[in-house]
Amino acid sequence: MNIVSIDTDILIIGGGAAGCFAAIEIYKKSPNYQVVIMEKAHIERSGCLAMGLNAINAYLHPDQTPESYASYIERQFEGIIRKDLVYSIIMGLNEVVRNVEEMGLPILKNADGTCQRRGKRSIRILGERLKPILAEAVQKTSARILNRVVATNFIFNGKRVCGAFGYGVKTNAFYIIRAKAVIVATGGAAGIYRPVNSGEARHLMWYCPWNVGTGYAMGIRIGAEMTSFENRFIPLRVKDVHAPTGTIAVGVRPKNINARGEDYLELYYKHLGGNRCLTHHRLLATIEEVKAGRGPCFLDTTTISEEEEKRLKKDYLNMNPQIILLWAGKDMNPRKRPVEIQGTEPFIVGGHCQAGYWIDKERRTTIQNLYAAGEVAGGAPKKYVSGSWVEARIAASSALGNIKEEYLEEIDNELIQKEKTRVFAPLTRKTGSVWPFGVRERLQKVMDEYAGGISMGYALHEERLLEARRLLASLREKVKDIAAVDSYNLVEALECIDKIDVARVLVEHLIYRKETRWSCYQTRLDYPQKDDNRWLVFVNSVYNPYTDEITMIERPLQG
Amino acid sequence: MSIFIDENICNGCKGLPESRCERICPGNLCYRKENMKADIRDQSACWTCACCVKECPVQAIELRLPFQICNNHASLKARLKHDKTIWTILDAEGNQEEFIIQAKLLKGD
Repeated sequence: MNIVSIDTDILIIGGGAAGCFAAIEIYKKSPNYQVVIMEKAHIERSGCLAMGLNAINAYLHPDQTPESYASYIERQFEGIIRKDLVYSIIMGLNEVVRNVEEMGLPILKNADGTCQRRGKRSIRILGERLKPILAEAVQKTSARILNRVVATNFIFNGKRVCGAFGYGVKTNAFYIIRAKAVIVATGGAAGIYRPVNSGEARHLMWYCPWNVGTGYAMGIRIGAEMTSFENRFIPLRVKDVHAPTGTIAVGVRPKNINARGEDYLELYYKHLGGNRCLTHHRLLATIEEVKAGRGPCFLDTTTISEEEEKRLKKDYLNMNPQIILLWAGKDMNPRKRPVEIQGTEPFIVGGHCQAGYWIDKERRTTIQNLYAAGEVAGGAPKKYVSGSWVEARIAASSALGNIKEEYLEEIDNELIQKEKTRVFAPLTRKTGSVWPFGVRERLQKVMDEYAGGISMGYALHEERLLEARRLLASLREKVKDIAAVDSYNLVEALECIDKIDVARVLVEHLIYRKETRWSCYQTRLDYPQKDDNRWLVFVNSVYNPYTDEITMIERPLQG
Repeated sequence: MSIFIDENICNGCKGLPESRCERICPGNLCYRKENMKADIRDQSACWTCACCVKECPVQAIELRLPFQICNNHASLKARLKHDKTIWTILDAEGNQEEFIIQAKLLKGD
């Protein structure tokens, strides 16, 4: 095992959409500052943009105003959004899209030069190479890229973040990176809940399975305030392959039909707005149809033309190639058969929903010198990839603004030894230990059955959640003995620990919000109504590493 | 199975410190065996993202769906060009379809 010590001005953890954009932004503004990007895989194809994208879902078209845009997001999230954060994102959307276009992203244009619409707030792109494009732009800066280095914990002196520890999966090295400021941009969390598919298909999921919530967990472990973990994201997707239904829905505008061929949103869910219902009500209606014996449900693609089918396939090749294989299987062609849809397992994300660090408008977390951007930052849902770029820009500016007064902290040797021991301990254990495979399965079973996974129709109630709390505490004790056979297995072991830390906070949030705010995302059987008199607040939490307690905090809407 | 690696075609990206699929896999799953052929550490950990399929310079890797998801064999291959990606789809009936998707010029353009 080697020890690699690096000093830098700004450390960016996570080389995804937000992390890459932050590095580019820092170089543009202040090329003399040293930047290090710590990336778990290789920045050219890592994280949730690995497959590509066929649309940018947050864009301000000329017929929208920032106010109309913000009120759309407010309506979708039943009143609970951080308007200050949402506005700051909206105001920057078009500019960051233009910047990425300059880096080489092909954007489909109309004859008059405007961006081709895909929906009211989205544009069409040829984004299969979106990640390589961002990576190439980063490589033109002076940023030092540490590929295949997994962040394990922040270096925290009790007052401020002074860098981060990491583990080099290919080199078995231990990294000690000191920095004057740290931007965390690790993405959200998949794999907390039992996935829809099992066995060999267990990772055939919507969200990147290697985004496991490490960024959240590292913040939780140093007592950063977190927000809205109870607002879980459960996308309605093409059954089995998790391809986004939006590509079909806004591409060819099919009807949602049940097994009887009925336009069920219009027929049974007029009270929710019919075809104009909220995103999570679309999921709710589909689940209710199945419960009522009228499932499975479909997007009726049988009326589309050959030309439209070709376009759909091209769109999916830009972002989700596996659906093409589904359709190439016998009799699955979308013009012959409607496309079956279903809800996935719950994910914890700050980009579609709003789980993440509680931040201020400058993207400062509640911990000094630590900034958050993208999926890991909370409070501003529906930011998607372009919103993550805006947040990265703001976080980069804030970090640069504060860095002049900062210095590199001497790191206490005891702290280094403690983390090194924690990270490498699984490799020293053998007989009678627990292994990552078992821990992952156990965590997913507990969360699925007691904290509103698919098997429970996503529904929650107090008694089950209290049992989840108890079982997670027990699992966490057990995981102190987790073992690993090699460096890849070690990363899985560390991920298990991170997932459990995130799950514990999630369960506390789910227990705390005693109402049903976002159906399916957060359905309380014991409190079935939305209660605006009591719950128009943010539910936040802070973990105390010394007492191992999670304290819940309420924050007013204008945070 | 999510990816199939044809060892007869794979040349292990000889001369490179690591194979292209190994370099690119977002899950750090691909690696080079002792015989210099590419392999995947754990099929059940594959996201089916097709990054390795696109990156393979000799088209030795194809994307498939796990049998659990589709019991009819279909496969997807890709060729990455400077300004486009060429996809070849082989369906369950043996029909082949090709799609050319315009993309950004890559490095060295």
